[in-house]
Amino acid sequence: MSLDAARERPSSSFLYNPQIRGLFWQAVLIIIVGFLGYEAVINAATNMRARGIPTDFSFWDRVASFDINLTLISYSATSTYGRAFLVGLLNTLLVAVIGVVFATVLGFFIGIARLSKNFVVAKLASFYVEIMRNTPLLLQLLFIYNAVLKPLPNPRDSISFGAGFYLNNRGLVMPDPQFAPGAGFILAAGLAGIVGSILYKIYAKRRQAQTGEILPVARVSAALILLPPLMAYFLAGQPVSFEMPFLRGFNFVGGVRVLPEFVALVLGLSIYTAAFIAEIVRAGILAVSHGQTEAAQSLGLSRSQTLKLVIIPQAQRVIVPPLTNQFLALTKNSSLAVFIGYPDLVQVFAGTVLNQTGAAVQVIAITMAVYLVISLITAFIMNLYNRRMALVER
Amino acid sequence: MSLYLRSDEAPTLPPPVRGGGAIGWLKDNIFSGWVSGPLALASLALIIWITPDLIRFYILDAIWTADDGAACRVQGTGACWAFVDRKLDFFRYGSYPVAEHWRVDLVLMVGTVLSARLLWPEGKKSAFGLFAFLVGIPLFIFLMIPGPAAIISAPGLELAILAGGIALACVLEFSKLRTLWVGLIFFVIYPVVAAYLLKGSPLLGLIQVDTNLWGGIFLSLLVATIGIVFSLPAGILLALGRRSELPAVRFFSILYIEFVRGVPFITVLFMANTMLPLFVPDNWSPDRLLRPIIGFALFAAAYMAEEVRGGLQAIPKGQSEGAMALGLSYWQRMRLIVLPQALTLVIPGIVNIFISLFKDTTLVAIVGIFDFLRAIDAARIDPVWSGPTVSPTVYTFAAAFYFLFCFGMSRYSQMMEERLSAGRRR
Repeated sequence: MSLDAARERPSSSFLYNPQIRGLFWQAVLIIIVGFLGYEAVINAATNMRARGIPTDFSFWDRVASFDINLTLISYSATSTYGRAFLVGLLNTLLVAVIGVVFATVLGFFIGIARLSKNFVVAKLASFYVEIMRNTPLLLQLLFIYNAVLKPLPNPRDSISFGAGFYLNNRGLVMPDPQFAPGAGFILAAGLAGIVGSILYKIYAKRRQAQTGEILPVARVSAALILLPPLMAYFLAGQPVSFEMPFLRGFNFVGGVRVLPEFVALVLGLSIYTAAFIAEIVRAGILAVSHGQTEAAQSLGLSRSQTLKLVIIPQAQRVIVPPLTNQFLALTKNSSLAVFIGYPDLVQVFAGTVLNQTGAAVQVIAITMAVYLVISLITAFIMNLYNRRMALVER
Repeated sequence: MSLYLRSDEAPTLPPPVRGGGAIGWLKDNIFSGWVSGPLALASLALIIWITPDLIRFYILDAIWTADDGAACRVQGTGACWAFVDRKLDFFRYGSYPVAEHWRVDLVLMVGTVLSARLLWPEGKKSAFGLFAFLVGIPLFIFLMIPGPAAIISAPGLELAILAGGIALACVLEFSKLRTLWVGLIFFVIYPVVAAYLLKGSPLLGLIQVDTNLWGGIFLSLLVATIGIVFSLPAGILLALGRRSELPAVRFFSILYIEFVRGVPFITVLFMANTMLPLFVPDNWSPDRLLRPIIGFALFAAAYMAEEVRGGLQAIPKGQSEGAMALGLSYWQRMRLIVLPQALTLVIPGIVNIFISLFKDTTLVAIVGIFDFLRAIDAARIDPVWSGPTVSPTVYTFAAAFYFLFCFGMSRYSQMMEERLSAGRRR
């Protein structure tokens, strides 16, 4: 009331009207931003023309004429730049997905270890976290790549892990699985096992609600998931065979070779991010008030039951949003691949393609757009997940 | 749905056994449970297995002095600290001309004393604190940065810089100069003077040193300081913009913050390096070193903005409304009421961002800037020193350097957090 009266006071000039002032400052901002944007575009056009830099996307369909040493889809030096972009993007996603899995597993393990009542375990975990969080990721990557993987012996003196796994300075060599026609059955049996275990879990839950009997869900699920594929493997006449790598001359023939750059990048990204995930997990568990634990214990729940049924479901809500940020950070950090020569999106596209075509503005814009889209998709999925978690709460 | 209820009484369990003494403590804290026991044993085994090897490699078998890599190449020797010792000047100054090193030392000395005065407002009350501030910090910089070699080569000049540092600390301490003025000196006068001193200027009688030659620890600190100093005010403005009631301001703030946070720092650097010169008229094209610094500052601001926003959201609306009722303007409300409370709340987050920014300075190497890590990586492949132990040694040295800074920052933030939360403690 009084505020409105003050606003409409006849003596006050329109200069003091907050709405008009707001409009004025916004107009100023828009004009400044618009002017800067306009200037940038005009300057860019002039400069690019003067330096003979292409301004369109015609390079996309031209022949790339360079090789990439890790390709998930068919690619050769005669493929187009567009194809090279796709190869780089897939390599980035490959590293990101594998890195996220490793980092999460390791991070949860270390985060819980930090909370352990066990003095030695807790100290060791916190030592790990402090070292990893307080040194640059790039330094860790270079250390792993240049000081650990590069000095490994050459293929002739490879370190053998048995079962056809060899580690040398050209990477990790392992057996290549070969699928004969019957292999589809194994996959089908595995899927059936997973569906069966889900159905069994639903049944066990219902049964517990009715009779109080607790069925051994974990053991039965493990059996349901593992046994059918195993049986299918033997019934279909062992359709999967392994092509073993063997040494011929100076290098290995056969088998699959994982690039040392890939090993270094996955290792570096996951041990670095794991330290941050560990802190998130620890904070999430600590955020559940101690009364919850005490209440669960006084109800007679065992330690593992308390953790599984009371603490983790509540901690999850605190953990998931920052965890998503870490996943995104890992994906973005995978661009450090360029320092050790792993052919990811930045190395292939914003590196080689940019240098060959000179189309700086287009290439950088596309690269940035890719990461933005990945961020947005992840944020969207995680929002859906968060919403579901929030509903469970009530 | 009928739910199960237990009808018979559960048997009474015996009370938990709790042993006393050393064995009881071990049982409770180290070997409790069937997961933790083996885990503890495994951890202990790991420590026992790895520690002697580390001590042997880094200390007992290490080569401390040598003229070239021959001694380090001998089979079975440990870390090659002699290499680090020999290359220390390169790690500290990059290719900055040796005769001009004193300029870098002077800039670092003055900067450290000034920032120590700003960062350590009340720590000097004790006699020890006073001594540390007046003598300890200048001496530390003196020993860390120029090092004994420079003192031997140019004793007068370097000792003069040490004396100057102590004198400056005394002036700052005893003249009762207000923190605001120290801040003005640090943020306005010092950068200009430092820039002229480092770059050189014929007017001052100093030879020009091209930014191509700048490098090493000094350049890393320079990039980090500029980025950090710029990011805080810019981040605060962006955070305020994001919470503004004016839709255009809010829109641009959100657009900027989300865009920068959604892309990797490397692409921002690429953009600053290749696109920035295209966006400005040809004769305005920024210096080779300035481009990544601009990119770094812009990148830092977006992350800082999100952290500050977290603090702003935690302040109850009543604070702002109360200030409004007192007749304070928007900027007065923010400056006097909201921001002091909001920033105090997010100090740990802000320092975490400082730490990650400091670590991110290593990435500027991608656009050809010779920062500390790049200097390390370039020195590593020197054929005179090449040997199997050189890489682990220099990388460990670099890790120790970054760890010291980052860990120090996180401890400082914990101290400040405690001090500033005194008002909220009950």
